[in-house]
Amino acid sequence: MTDRFNLYRFSSPATFYPLAGAMIPYFVAVSALFGIAGLWLGMLVAPTDFQQGEGYRIIFIHVPASWMSMFIYLVMAFWAAIGLAFNTRLSGMMAQALAPTGALMAFLSLWTGALWGKPMWGAWWVWDARLTSELILLFLYIGYMALTAAIDDVRRADKAGGLLLLVGVVNIPIIYFSVKWWNTLHQGSSVNLAKSSMATTMLWGMLLMAMCFWMYSIAMALMRVRTIMLERERHTDWVKKLIAGDEK
Amino acid sequence: MLTLIAAVIKRDLKLAMRRQADMVSAIFFFIIVVSLFPLGIGPEADLLRKLAPGVLWVAALLATMLSLPRLFADDHRDGTLEQLALAPHPLGLVVTGKVIAHWLVSGLPLALIAPVLGLQFDLSTEALLAVTLSILIGTPALSGIGAIGAALTLGLRGGGVLISLLVLPLYIPVLIFGAGAVDATVTGLGGEGHLSLLAALTFASIGFAPWAAAAALKIALE
Amino acid sequence: MIHWASFSDFLAMGGYGLYVWGSFGVTAFVMAIEPITIRRNRSATIIRLQRQLRAETRNAAQ
Repeated sequence: MTDRFNLYRFSSPATFYPLAGAMIPYFVAVSALFGIAGLWLGMLVAPTDFQQGEGYRIIFIHVPASWMSMFIYLVMAFWAAIGLAFNTRLSGMMAQALAPTGALMAFLSLWTGALWGKPMWGAWWVWDARLTSELILLFLYIGYMALTAAIDDVRRADKAGGLLLLVGVVNIPIIYFSVKWWNTLHQGSSVNLAKSSMATTMLWGMLLMAMCFWMYSIAMALMRVRTIMLERERHTDWVKKLIAGDEK
Repeated sequence: MLTLIAAVIKRDLKLAMRRQADMVSAIFFFIIVVSLFPLGIGPEADLLRKLAPGVLWVAALLATMLSLPRLFADDHRDGTLEQLALAPHPLGLVVTGKVIAHWLVSGLPLALIAPVLGLQFDLSTEALLAVTLSILIGTPALSGIGAIGAALTLGLRGGGVLISLLVLPLYIPVLIFGAGAVDATVTGLGGEGHLSLLAALTFASIGFAPWAAAAALKIALE
Repeated sequence: MIHWASFSDFLAMGGYGLYVWGSFGVTAFVMAIEPITIRRNRSATIIRLQRQLRAETRNAAQ
């Protein structure tokens, strides 16, 4: 019973707001540490790839950005499911706070993919199954953000956005499968990112960078959710007290 | 259950017949968009034959999108939708009926006209047959998935553009297998595999999408 | 331990400098801009809410 009670307590905006505020500096610091370690290992120590030369170093940000873009969508869908099932207020806010970071990760994945593709494939853009799926994922993020932005009533925005996320999550495997099928039929390029055997330092560099991106995303989502909370809870006493005390 | 769906279909068809202009303009949109491509690309028959499946299918997607905003909007405006949502029978079945009716007035005519337009692209008889079949099999999925988008954006400003943002990415598998079926027939590989996958997509979306759309309608009506 | 012989080697990235630094540069830019916009958004929200609150209390006092 006490566990349940605590869970509800933390999911209430009045308690979550200061908690998030206290956690943000730690996530930023940990992200910076992972980033420094990952960049040091990846950019300074790791040897040259025998196939891709030094250009392969792009994967140290490309792969983490791609992972995060997919992972964040899954996390948003998870929050959406919780929100629709238990009608919790926090879940919709978390999903909305995560969306812009996820979209940015998808953009970074495409950008770095293009810069990797130009020297390796000889073209900025290749209709490779993974790049195409990543582009569609970016469209899904944009659709979610456009829908929630268009709905004024926040409860409806949360629920409609949540439903869209669940529909999207069901469709992602179908989309990926169809794009892959399409790609193999049209004999697209078969060069894969990061398929060549990787040295251990490369792998570690990539994992450290992935941790850096992960912690960064959490920090950004927490920062954003705090603003969303203030906005939505503006008529409650705790927000009034908070902004009245914040007079500068 | 079936009588309920049939009643909804009959009602929606009757309403659509009263407003034939909508249906006709969507069909003409399809015709015009498809006819614009040769003007933009040039009249080389080889090139057109290669582009035809994609052009016909993309135009079909866009033409289906045109009528989506009205799928629930009229019933919403006169209060019918709220009554249907409060009625004892499941809303998902009502939406299933509306999706089928939408397909009958938007998807089916496209499938009947597509072979004629295919002639403009110098397609062979087998390819024309594949075009008709793939649009016939694939467009119900478009109506089903589109219903979710229409329900989510019910009553919102700029709903029409928003629907396309939400729905077009989800249409991609249908586009790939639909255009792929024609393409495979043209290249002699046989489109059966594509068509059966397309049929699977259609059955899945007719089965599941109306319930998701019903949930979205309930959210919108709250 | 360090893979590079000189700093200019590091910058050149074996001929891939444009692509590698183009990727890292844009990523660094995005990751710097995102927190700044969030913070700016937040202070704008707080100022707006303060103004609303002041207007409300003024109305209540009258």
